[in-house]
Amino acid sequence: MITAERKPLEELMEYIKPFKRILLVGCNECVTVCAAGGRKEVGLLASGLHMAVLKSGATIEIREHTLERQCDPEYVEELVPMIDGVEAVMSMACGCGVQEIARRFKNKPVFPAVNTKFMGASERQGVWSERCQGCGDCLLGMTGGICPIARCAKQLMNGPCGGSTGGHCEIGDDTDCAWALIWERLKALGQIERYVEITPAKDWRPGGGSGPRKIIREDLAE
Amino acid sequence: MENFEPVIVAFCCHYCAYTAADMAGSQRLTYPANVKIIRVPCSGKVDALHLVKAFEKGADGVYVAGCLEGDCHFKNGNVRAARRVESVRKYLEEIGLEGERLEMVTMSAGMGYRFAQVATEMTEKIRKMGPSPIHLALAGGASEARQAANI
Repeated sequence: MITAERKPLEELMEYIKPFKRILLVGCNECVTVCAAGGRKEVGLLASGLHMAVLKSGATIEIREHTLERQCDPEYVEELVPMIDGVEAVMSMACGCGVQEIARRFKNKPVFPAVNTKFMGASERQGVWSERCQGCGDCLLGMTGGICPIARCAKQLMNGPCGGSTGGHCEIGDDTDCAWALIWERLKALGQIERYVEITPAKDWRPGGGSGPRKIIREDLAE
Repeated sequence: MENFEPVIVAFCCHYCAYTAADMAGSQRLTYPANVKIIRVPCSGKVDALHLVKAFEKGADGVYVAGCLEGDCHFKNGNVRAARRVESVRKYLEEIGLEGERLEMVTMSAGMGYRFAQVATEMTEKIRKMGPSPIHLALAGGASEARQAANI
């Protein structure tokens, strides 16, 4: 999923300062799962902003709405009946959702309420960690299902650096060395010959190195 | 604010604090009428949203009363509630309200005396702190709310 974290209230207060009526929009997808921008977080933030504004001596009306998915135009269309009644929109979705609202409603200021962080997985309740950087040319089949792009601080392609100690990365003991994990996994799978194979320098063009990426499915695109 | 009577909301677990409140009644113990009790099936049922909304609607103080540690009817609802209360306290600070306006307390169903004591102590503490700026703003004075913001 795409993970996110709410921005500090102080920053959000600056965004909404000039407005008296705003729409706070959540998303039922990734940001709901990582407890950053779903219906509940929309309620919490609306309450928090309302109280902070009241405390400053001003007033504000905050309308709340959570879309099924904020990165699809079909769902963003649901906001049409609400948009005229507000002066600005604050989105609790990832950057994709914020931009979709900005694209659809050209005359409304749109502000992000969360910082979009990374594509990750849930380690345990309340803990998410990075697993994929969308490099566009997946090599998990060669590395025992552990990604050296997302999980090695140096994105090394051929084994660990000298900073790998006791299975940990030199950036901190709470970070596993991706290559130590890969080695253990290949050993367990009986595929250590894969470790010996030299991987050539990675072509970063599919990973965004040649500009914004796009997928066009001829059979689906209209 | 000499005659300030705080509004206190107490989320009370059915299996302990709510029964303790009953016990306090049976024992003819008195506690301040400022405390408005909301019965919940477990303190773990109390969501951050319930706590924040209570303050948004003008409560001056809120507390969650759950079972003693290890005694939760649902195993660990009280421990979860305590963690939630801690995180909402931080959120309140971020909003600009004092985190001390929110408390987590524990008791057993037989502790009628403790229920009355907690209710009295919480009321006295909030009375000393004064009204919540949100309460003031809702009561009608935007200027008063500004004043409170400078406390």
